[in-house]
Amino acid sequence: MPTIASQFLEVQGLQIEASINMPGEESRSITLVDNISFKLEKGKVLGLIGESGAGKSTIGLAALSYGRGGCNITGGKIILEGEDILSLSPAQVRKIRGTRIAYVAQSAAAAFNPAHRIGDQVIEVALEHKLMSKTAALAYAEVLYEKLGLPDPQNFGKRYPHQVSGGQLQRAMTVMALCAKPDLIVFDEPTTALDVTTQIEVLATIKTAIIDTGVAALYITHDLAVVAQVSDHIMVLRQGKMVEYGDTNQIINDATQQYTQELVSVRAMEKPEIADPDSPPILHVKNIDAAYDGVNKILNDVSLHLHRGQTLSIVGESGSGKSTLARVITGLLPQLNGEISFNGQSLSTALRGRSKEQLRSLQMIYQMADVAMNPRHTIGQIIGRPIEFYFGIKGAENRRQTIALLEQIELGEKYFDRYPAELSGGQKQRVCIARALAAKPSLIICDEVTSALDPLVADGILQLLMDLQKKHDIAYLFITHDIDTVRAISDSIAVMYQGSLVRFGKKSNVLTPPFDDYTDMLLASVPKMELGWLERILANRKMQSADN
Amino acid sequence: MSNIMMLNFASRLSWGARIGLFCLILFSLAAIFAPFVAPYPQDEILGDVWEPISSNFWLGTDQLGRDILSRLIHGARNTFFIAGAATLLSFFMGTFLGFLAAVSGGRTDQLLSRSNDLMMAIPTLIFALVVLSVLPSSMLVLIVVMGVLDSTRVFRLSRAVAVDIVVMDYVEAARLRGENTLWIIFREILPNALSPLFAEFGLRFAFAVLFLSTLSFLGLGIQPPDADWGSMVKENKDGIVFGIPAALIPAAAIAILTISINLVVDSILSRTSSLKGGR
Repeated sequence: MPTIASQFLEVQGLQIEASINMPGEESRSITLVDNISFKLEKGKVLGLIGESGAGKSTIGLAALSYGRGGCNITGGKIILEGEDILSLSPAQVRKIRGTRIAYVAQSAAAAFNPAHRIGDQVIEVALEHKLMSKTAALAYAEVLYEKLGLPDPQNFGKRYPHQVSGGQLQRAMTVMALCAKPDLIVFDEPTTALDVTTQIEVLATIKTAIIDTGVAALYITHDLAVVAQVSDHIMVLRQGKMVEYGDTNQIINDATQQYTQELVSVRAMEKPEIADPDSPPILHVKNIDAAYDGVNKILNDVSLHLHRGQTLSIVGESGSGKSTLARVITGLLPQLNGEISFNGQSLSTALRGRSKEQLRSLQMIYQMADVAMNPRHTIGQIIGRPIEFYFGIKGAENRRQTIALLEQIELGEKYFDRYPAELSGGQKQRVCIARALAAKPSLIICDEVTSALDPLVADGILQLLMDLQKKHDIAYLFITHDIDTVRAISDSIAVMYQGSLVRFGKKSNVLTPPFDDYTDMLLASVPKMELGWLERILANRKMQSADN
Repeated sequence: MSNIMMLNFASRLSWGARIGLFCLILFSLAAIFAPFVAPYPQDEILGDVWEPISSNFWLGTDQLGRDILSRLIHGARNTFFIAGAATLLSFFMGTFLGFLAAVSGGRTDQLLSRSNDLMMAIPTLIFALVVLSVLPSSMLVLIVVMGVLDSTRVFRLSRAVAVDIVVMDYVEAARLRGENTLWIIFREILPNALSPLFAEFGLRFAFAVLFLSTLSFLGLGIQPPDADWGSMVKENKDGIVFGIPAALIPAAAIAILTISINLVVDSILSRTSSLKGGR
């Protein structure tokens, strides 16, 4: 077999199509990946970046000669060390997968079998392909645990997936990929589901692992700032087509295509902070304690307030209690202690005790617009219902007002009779905004409303929310883990950590030093769109720990 | 206009569904117009016992010498009507209570679910026998007893389905809006639970036909000399020992009915699920 060391993996004119079979319609095929070519050398990392539907995961899986259900690789070649793996028989492909090409999935929690110990799953590939003996594999896994900074390497493998944190599990998955000593690893959004503070550790370990083992990698993500830290080259994709391909420095600092430039400059939005008026705040949360089981407190003595027409961002990592706070304020979870006053009235702890008027003026927008709308209702029904329910308006007038709302969210009348499944992610979130707006609320709780969206789409949603705020004088309680979003839209910020408020105040105060330790770490962990950021942060941390 | 719509509708059905729909329409027409289409009355002895198929008796005669085709046509009335009404009743009761249990949760759920377990703990047939032998024998009583007993199964399914839907954000959004329980049951949950319920409907209808025939055999269902397909199988089953296929004809009718229902239900399912993006 001829070995060309410089071109370890070569993809030529890759073409992937999927057939769509809608009941009652002719089946047709759509092109997911259109004429993609790239080369990858050993020890190098290629970042594939693009929004959802760009075909980046499909390309990544194609590198394993795998097509998800309904996908057909219809053209092109994938040459791994001189051999076109698309022409191999299924048995030959099986030999390659796991041993020479490994895959790290986005959600480690879903990729690990909860019924087996981590160690057994990590070494499974090596044993299955008879690459090493069980003792050798276990020993090698232990070395890798240590290298990737997992705690207690001797015993880590004996734990079950639910006994370790999300970041640790993601690193364990990298160990799993490395264990069979592959030549190429496909990382499919390995840090997307993680908090920024965890993401930085996983990123650092992935980078070390790649450098130490000399493996080549495809790194798939939608976050340009992340990919800038780990990859040597970047390919920007959009709707299955290549937009731009170049080395990392050129893409970040000197992009030629407009789309790439937009990606680089995303979240450049600025909002001047509004000073607090003298009037009493619209929402006042006083000393709230809350627990799901009545004993273990998820929220501990949280107090904050929000003025009419302003935005309060609540920021923190997952498990910090931000969403629980939203549930307490909406009345879904009665608090143990403390009081919530809204519009000058004290809110009943339970949902049933609240008046229709109170329910109307406090609306909520969810993270996942997909499941926040009934799939069997039309857009017109979804937006029209609050108008009918709160104001008793039916028939033609209801339709008129619904269409007016559709126009406010920049969608228009033609969406009136559509179903949610026929809309894109950003459009769905817009409909959810319109539904909240239909109640003419004075406060909207936004629970991670942009985190499931692509950066450019998310920008559009934030812009819309800001415009609506100005127009209708609505206050937002904005729950997010994304510091960039917080910077862009807030008047006040509350930082939460493990159920307690760490820092609360106006944006200018909260984001100006001196910081407390946690806020400092949180702010420092947000990837910046510049080369060498990761190394600098890690070097900083090392110095700090040396000082201590 | 409506003709075009009907044609359009039919052309979008699969072949299986068209066949199923054709059989269902044929059976229903036979049931509705039974006295006009049946060649003979259902209870008249016209020939010898178990006469083979002939030009006089298209499907032969039964164990007493009655015309099987006529009895099939008349029996379609009973089978269709009683099994259909009982299944509908069980679905109305079962889904409503099942959804109510899922939406309310807590004590209401416990009360409903445990009462349902209690009902299911008693074997259905024994339960039906006891109740039917105490109550006067009428078609209404038969339907109600069959429906109530069957609703325990429907309750279980619909509660399980609804429990999955209740946790969705759109149900929470409706709750936060202040909607009452009935709105949540009928407008938020029901449209999303139709797929599994439709599938179950076909199955339960088939069981209802069989259950009806069991009851008829034990003398508590359709009273002779009236015919229903299930009891016709039972009446003629002894013939099989002698190589006489009379029992197979009503059995085939039951099979065709069941398969037709399932074909149509499957087709409706695949059409409605396209709204959810092809799931």
